[in-house]
Amino acid sequence: MKIVENRWKFVIIPALILVLGIVMYIVNGGFNFDVEFLGGTRMQVELKSEFDNDEVAKLIFDETGASAKVQKSGSSATQAVIKVQATENEDETKIAVMNTLKEKFGITDEELISSSTASASFGMEVQRKALLYTLLAIICILIYIAIRFEWRSAVMAVIALAINVLIMAAVYAITNIPLNTTFIAAMLTVIGYSINNTIVIFDRIRENMKGRRKSNTVTEIVNNAVKETMGRTINSTITTLITIVLIYIMGVSAIKEFALPLIVGIVAGAYTSIFIASSFWAVWKESEIKARAEAAAERRSAKKSK
Amino acid sequence: MYVLMKKKSITILCFGVVIAVILNIVAFVGFNIAGFQYGGMLDPEKGIRKGIDLAGGSVITLQAETENPTDDQMNVVESIFQTRLTNAGYTESRISKSEGGKITVEIPSVFDTDSVAQLLGAMAQLKFVDADGVQILDGATDIKDASYQYSATQQGGNATHHVQVEFAPEAKAKFAEATRKAAAQSASGKNYISIMMDDTVVSSPRVSEEINSDSCVITGDFTAETAQNLANQIKSGQLPFNLSTISQETVGAELGADALPTSLMAAAIGILLIMIFMVVMYRIPGLIADLSLLIYVGLIGLAMGLMHTNLSLSGIAGIVLSIGMAVDADCIIFERMKEELRTGKTIKASVEAGFNKAFSAILDSNVTTIITCVVLYISGIGTVTGFATTLGVGVVLSMFTAIVITKFFLKQLVNIGIKNRNLFCKQVNKEGGAQ
Repeated sequence: MKIVENRWKFVIIPALILVLGIVMYIVNGGFNFDVEFLGGTRMQVELKSEFDNDEVAKLIFDETGASAKVQKSGSSATQAVIKVQATENEDETKIAVMNTLKEKFGITDEELISSSTASASFGMEVQRKALLYTLLAIICILIYIAIRFEWRSAVMAVIALAINVLIMAAVYAITNIPLNTTFIAAMLTVIGYSINNTIVIFDRIRENMKGRRKSNTVTEIVNNAVKETMGRTINSTITTLITIVLIYIMGVSAIKEFALPLIVGIVAGAYTSIFIASSFWAVWKESEIKARAEAAAERRSAKKSK
Repeated sequence: MYVLMKKKSITILCFGVVIAVILNIVAFVGFNIAGFQYGGMLDPEKGIRKGIDLAGGSVITLQAETENPTDDQMNVVESIFQTRLTNAGYTESRISKSEGGKITVEIPSVFDTDSVAQLLGAMAQLKFVDADGVQILDGATDIKDASYQYSATQQGGNATHHVQVEFAPEAKAKFAEATRKAAAQSASGKNYISIMMDDTVVSSPRVSEEINSDSCVITGDFTAETAQNLANQIKSGQLPFNLSTISQETVGAELGADALPTSLMAAAIGILLIMIFMVVMYRIPGLIADLSLLIYVGLIGLAMGLMHTNLSLSGIAGIVLSIGMAVDADCIIFERMKEELRTGKTIKASVEAGFNKAFSAILDSNVTTIITCVVLYISGIGTVTGFATTLGVGVVLSMFTAIVITKFFLKQLVNIGIKNRNLFCKQVNKEGGAQ
C-alpha cells in the first residue's frame, strides 16, 4: 500500500466535492438557512390539494406583503413548507399567512402541522453560539491530541476535521437541506467520531515509531500502520453506518435531515483519516527528521574542523 | 482442576446471557416483584420524558425586556410561569431558564402556541387609578384573589364573562374612600375609576356612590378565554418585567407520534444487523461482542429511564450513534487479537496482548468524543444538549462494556480452552503469517 506516496491523488475526491459544493452554493444562492438561524416563520401546512410552489408564494406576498419560500413536503405532495423572512411581528405574520391559506384552500387551523418562529436577533445568537462552541470543541481536541501525541499530529487531525466539516457543508449546499441546529449536532458528531479514526491510526503510528529501526522510513511505518488499522477502521465505520442508514431509511423527515449529513460526514471522516491525515503527517515528520539529521551532521563536521 | 475451571467458565457465560436478557427486560419493560416496582424506560410517567418533537406540542422562548435581570428575578418569573401554566391546566409543562434573561417553556400536547405566549409574557401589572391618574390600588399588594365568572353583573342584565377580584383587608378601606371621592365628582364627569392591566385600560366603570365591599368585578370586552387568562394572570402575581416571545414552535401530534416508534424500530433492526456483522467478521469473539452490546443496550435503557432523560429526536440520534460506536472498541480489540494470533501466539496470550495494545487507542478516541459532548452540553443550544447527553452517557457506558465486560467474558472463553484457532480468525497458512 503506497498511501503516503499517492497522497495528492487522494485529495482529488474531497476537492471535487468541495468545488461542487461551492458551485451549488452559488447556484442556490447560499445555504437554505432555517428560521432558527435567520429569524422568521416556518410553517408546515397540509393544503389538501395539489399546488404550485411559486403560485402559493405569490399569493402570500400579494395578500400579506411577506416574502415567502414554498416547498413541497410529505409523500402526498399536498403538504407545503412555507418559510417567511423575519418581519416586525412574527405572530401576526403567521396568522395572516394562515388566514390567506385558509381562504384559498378551504382548510382549517387543524391543517397547520407544525410551525416555528424566531426573531432575527435570536437567530443571530444561535448562529454565533454554534460557531463559538464548534471552535471551542476543536480547540479542546487539538490540545488533547497535542498532549497525548505531538503537535504535528494535532494539526493534521484538525485539518482532516476541517475537510470533513467542509464536505458536510458542501452536502448542505448541494442538497439544499435546511441548515438548522441539527446541522451543528451533526457536525459535532462527525468531529467527535472521525477524530476516533484518526486517533486509532496515529496511535498505531506512535506504537510503531517506538520500535523503529534506522532502516525504516517514516513513510513505511505510516503505510504499515494504515494497513494494520484498515480492518478496524472499515468495520467500525460499517457498524456505525448500519444504524444511521436504517434511521435514514425508516425515520421521519426531521430525523432524515439529520441522518443524511451524518452518513456523509462519517464516510468522509473514515476517508480523510485513512488517506489524508497520516500521509501528510508522514511527509512532514520525515522532512523534520531529515532536517535534524542534517543539523547534527553539520555540528559534527563543525566539531571536526575545530 | 482444568475441567472444573472449564465448567465454571461455561456457567459464567450462560449466566452472562441470562443477565443481559433480564437487564433489557428491566430497562425497557420494567418489573413488579414483591412491591418493588419500576416501569421501565417507556413508562409514560416515570420513564423517559418525551420532548416536544416526539410528543407534539408547543415550545416558546421568551426574553426579559430588561437589561441584566438578576437570578432572583428570573426565579420569580419561573415560579409565576409555573403558576400560570398550572392554573391554565398545562400541568405537564417544563420551564428552563438560560443566560441573558431567556426562559423556555415546553408544553406537550398543546397546539395553540400564540395564546400561551400571550398568557405568559404579559407582566400582569394590575392598577386601579382615578380620573386624574392617581393610583388607588395595585394588584401586587392589594388584591388577594381573582376568579373568572360568567353571570349577570347587574340585576336583569345579560350574563357576561368577567373577573371578580377580592381585596386584601387594607385595600377595602382604600377602595371605599376612592369610590366616595369619585362619586362626589359627578359634576365634572370625573366620576369613574379605571382598571388598568399593563398600562392598558381594561374598563372604566362609572361610580355613583361609595362602594364598601371586599370584592369588585372587572367587566370589559372579554371572551371566556381572555377573562380566564386575566384572572389567572392577576392571581399568579405580577412579573418583575415584561417578556417578549423571541421564538416559538408548534409540532403537530401526528408528526411526533411516528418519530419514536420508527426510530426504536430502526435501532432494533440496526442492533440485530450489527450483531450478525460482528459474528461474521470476528467469529466466536464476535459472539462475545454481541453479548456486551446487549448488556450495553440494557444499561443505556436503564440509565435513560432512571435519569428521566428528556428525549428528543436528536437524543435518539445520539443513542443510535452510540450503539454503532459501542462496537468500535470491540473492533479495535479483536483486530489486535487477530494480528497477535497470526504471529503464532497462543489464544490466551493473543487475547491478553490484544487488550493491552488496544487500550490506548480506545481511551484516546473516546476521550475526544467525550470532550465534544461536554462542549456541546454547555453550549445550551436546545436540540443539541439532548444529543450531547445521550451520546456522552453512551460513550462512557460503551467504554465500560468494552474494557470490563468484553474482557471478562473473553477470559471465560479462553478458560473453556478452545483449541481451534479458526474460531477466532481465518488461518491463512500453517505458519500463521498474515496474508
